[in-house]
Amino acid sequence: MDLTTPLGDEVLDLRAGDAVTLSGTVYTARDEAHLRMMEEGIPFDPAGAAVYHCGPVIRDGKVVAAGPTTSARMNALSGFLLDAGVRALVGKGGMDERVREALRGRGVYLAFTGGCAALAAARMQVKSVSFEDLGMAEAVWEIELDHLPLIVGIDAHGGDLFAAVMQKAKLQFDQQFNSYKGPGL
Amino acid sequence: MMESASSGLLDAVAAATASALQEAETSLPADVKAAIGRALEREQDPTARAQLENIRENIRYAGERGLPLCQDTGVPVIYLTLPPSVPATGELYEAVARGVRQATAAVPLRPNVVDPLTRENTRDNTGGGMPAVHVKPGRELTVTVLPKGAGAENCSRIAMLLPSQKGEIARFVAETMLLAGGKPCPPVVLGVGIGATFDGAAALAKEALLLPIDEMDPFEQELCEAVNALGIGPMGLGGTVTALAVKVKRGHCHTASLPVAVNVQCWASRRATRKVEAEQWT
Repeated sequence: MDLTTPLGDEVLDLRAGDAVTLSGTVYTARDEAHLRMMEEGIPFDPAGAAVYHCGPVIRDGKVVAAGPTTSARMNALSGFLLDAGVRALVGKGGMDERVREALRGRGVYLAFTGGCAALAAARMQVKSVSFEDLGMAEAVWEIELDHLPLIVGIDAHGGDLFAAVMQKAKLQFDQQFNSYKGPGL
Repeated sequence: MMESASSGLLDAVAAATASALQEAETSLPADVKAAIGRALEREQDPTARAQLENIRENIRYAGERGLPLCQDTGVPVIYLTLPPSVPATGELYEAVARGVRQATAAVPLRPNVVDPLTRENTRDNTGGGMPAVHVKPGRELTVTVLPKGAGAENCSRIAMLLPSQKGEIARFVAETMLLAGGKPCPPVVLGVGIGATFDGAAALAKEALLLPIDEMDPFEQELCEAVNALGIGPMGLGGTVTALAVKVKRGHCHTASLPVAVNVQCWASRRATRKVEAEQWT
């Protein structure tokens, strides 16, 4: 499915594992930006918005590199955005059960391929910036996006691809190693 | 008194550092690219394949435009080999730092180096203990750079195992990836340091990341299979290839010790080497 911001109820139809593209406006935010938004308010219209966990390299108003940062750092910092109407969080590595529950019936977590900063930059244009005093990586950049290829990591029904994969990995690990009779780690 | 290095030598070392960083940040070594290609051949899962295809396209874009592969351009870890004629002076370390500052402006690199407690950013990727410079004697003067991103570095672990626990090494290595999941941007390369001391094992683990990943010995293969059996896959979204390779470096250790360190490296296993020829500095 091709998604375009502002996002509406169409995101509720998505299921974990679906491949989508995202176009339109996204707002970058990392740790510091979340903390600042909690204190001072969200510097954009959150209704149907997509927030991208990213600390980009920007030079002369152009996106040089803008891959996703580890979303788990924002696990405790994302509820207020979803309460305010944000419909999609975009990042890498997955998020925890707090976010999974906060997304239920409201929005999705979309996974982009970590490290693919040049690929992302090729599909992005800078529109504006907020909180620039936080520095390049932590500022909130308003970015126009053209068909970024993403995977639905967490859907609005509690489906979580990352959690499912890690549950299987844990079972596999136990099978592989728990038969060992040596002293435990 | 230590002989002072010539300014020509120092300029050449700075230029070699900057040039190696430029290459490492914008292109991957051939063996790493080949390993990603092999991963695509093996991977059946469509989600996993999509991740690897994005990675391949990203490598192409970055190469075409001379831009960083990843926005986390990392912190610079530098390895020098010095011939007997070149003393390891403070000036030499400063020349390496100068090269890092040049590359930070030129590539450009994201300024990632901060004070550990105030978190104040130095803005040029140098600082106390940064860049980390490891010096070894050698026949030629070489500068090798290993930019290290935090997503993978943060998932690294060390264990002080008992000598009787050598059978647990595979478990510790696999457990490291079980705890890491998708966070370090798999498919990863794991550098494993076995032996030496607490600090020495960590250094060996990082040095193992300098080894080519074309080949694995049977022990490395066994560790790699233990990791891949977990099915974490590219980006933690599931799949066959969680680790592109596991490389091991060993050092002798105390008879009562068995230190094991795992240094996790993302798929962007960046490294580059420059040789500084004598005529470049004389």
